[in-house]
Amino acid sequence: MSRLARYRVAFWTILVKEVRRYLRIWVQTVVPAAISTALYFLIFGQLIGSRIGDMDGHRYIDFIVPGVIMMAIINNAYSNVVSSFFSAKFQRHVEEMLVSPMPNAVILLGFVSGGVARGLTVGVAVTLVSTLFIDLQVHHLGLTLAVAVLTATLFALGGFINGVYAKSFDDISIIPTFVLTPLIYLGGVFYSIELLPEFWHGVSLFNPILYMINAFRYGFLGVADIAIGTAFSIIGLFIVGLYLFALWLLERGVGTRS
Amino acid sequence: MTTALELRDLRKTYANGLEALKGVSLSVREGDFFALLGPNGAGKSTAIGIVCSLVNKSGGSVHIFGHDLDGDLAAAKRHLGLVPQEFNFNVWEPVEEILVNQAGYYGIPASEAVPRAERYLKQLGLWDKRHGMARDLSGGMKRRLMIARALVHEPRLLILDEPTAGVDIELRRSMWRFLRELNAQGTTIILTTHYLEEAESLCRNIAIIDHGQIVEDSDMKSLLNKLNLQTLILDLAEPLAALPDLGHFPLRGVDAQTLEVDVSREHDLNALFAALDRHGLRVVSLRNKSNRLEELFVRLIEEGKLRGHGAAGGGA
Repeated sequence: MSRLARYRVAFWTILVKEVRRYLRIWVQTVVPAAISTALYFLIFGQLIGSRIGDMDGHRYIDFIVPGVIMMAIINNAYSNVVSSFFSAKFQRHVEEMLVSPMPNAVILLGFVSGGVARGLTVGVAVTLVSTLFIDLQVHHLGLTLAVAVLTATLFALGGFINGVYAKSFDDISIIPTFVLTPLIYLGGVFYSIELLPEFWHGVSLFNPILYMINAFRYGFLGVADIAIGTAFSIIGLFIVGLYLFALWLLERGVGTRS
Repeated sequence: MTTALELRDLRKTYANGLEALKGVSLSVREGDFFALLGPNGAGKSTAIGIVCSLVNKSGGSVHIFGHDLDGDLAAAKRHLGLVPQEFNFNVWEPVEEILVNQAGYYGIPASEAVPRAERYLKQLGLWDKRHGMARDLSGGMKRRLMIARALVHEPRLLILDEPTAGVDIELRRSMWRFLRELNAQGTTIILTTHYLEEAESLCRNIAIIDHGQIVEDSDMKSLLNKLNLQTLILDLAEPLAALPDLGHFPLRGVDAQTLEVDVSREHDLNALFAALDRHGLRVVSLRNKSNRLEELFVRLIEEGKLRGHGAAGGGA
């Protein structure tokens, strides 16, 4: 068997193991996102949204659905990898992989793909929930899927780096709580940045999540606050940068080898 | 004969300044059953960690079946199986899945990994537990699971770090049998253990490491021959009124029917029994006071300590 074929088997092993892991505990991994987003759609979309009126030319509930789906994808892609990799370190079963001949890139891609898989699984669940509230239209299916996969990849990489550095269970919740959640909420999930005063509009443009949510919304509704090309460039740059950094951490053995 | 493992001037200094390995050189031949012994903190686990890529070395080189860890890491690792001292599997995974996944990390597809998992789980008495979660296994079963996991990719070199720690005697003996068979089939085995009886019983060659340095590296027979005095315990058929004088064999009474006798290498046991016979003493059973390797081990470590103290004293 060629070296490439062996690495392909190793990659699939990690991916299948990761998918089995989150499906085994689906009540903890898939259901909460579906319930909380159903509440978002009900409260913000239907009850309050009917009084808000249109946003960027669309009903408020139609406007928030893509952002809420993207929020679920980001959170789940990140949390899957950070919790899985940290648990592997904590229980030391990451050593199973470290003593094996598979390259660090395969380990990284395996974990990241697991995070992407969970992000997309939850994204599909939330999308299905949204159809209970709206008649879902997709303006650009290919673009929507591309943004979903790339954004999930970006945050899965972020979760991996967090998992590498984490030394306690507190460390895996600090970034999601104090960094990710504010950036997501301020990234235009519930509003268009056109509503903001000029200063805060300018500040918002430094929030990378704004570009992802808007590109995703463009895929559904055909409207966005930013240029789609810029969004793809930013997502691509972050993916390349985070991938190289995560791989460097593994090669150096940061957090994994003494 | 091929060298299974070669360490050359292996060094490790941790970030806190602790020099765990001070230039360890060691060679293990293919097919050997090799004991790596040493007191706690001597550097055994660091050395094993470096060989298994779990610890970064500070200097020196490691070759596994001729493959340099620095130059051809993947090829070197493919030949290596590790049974670590502490449980390091995912306790939330089913037993069989742990083995199939481990095979997958080595590029072995499930179609091949599943029959291998079945073979090793059956050999190690875990087949009926294959669908159960690893956390539900007993301590002894967990140890056997780690051995099965280390074998599923069929390594040529198996390193066992304290494989029988906390395992009951019956299970320990069955694990010894299994390891002997594995070695007889050609797998090179390196064993670290605190049960010196285990090392003496299983291993043909031995290295003792202390304070990050190899203090002894020889075959078991030569090492045991260095022991020039052994103490035997004799159980007598009848109580003894007074200790007789056996000349070259100094006797000590443990109780009325039990004696301790020191036998040096210059005198054989036939002479001892002839002396006992002359005094009308009938021996019903005989045993070593302590394991022979244990006596040597303690002596070597003590000598090392004395050398260390001497050097320190000389410098002061």
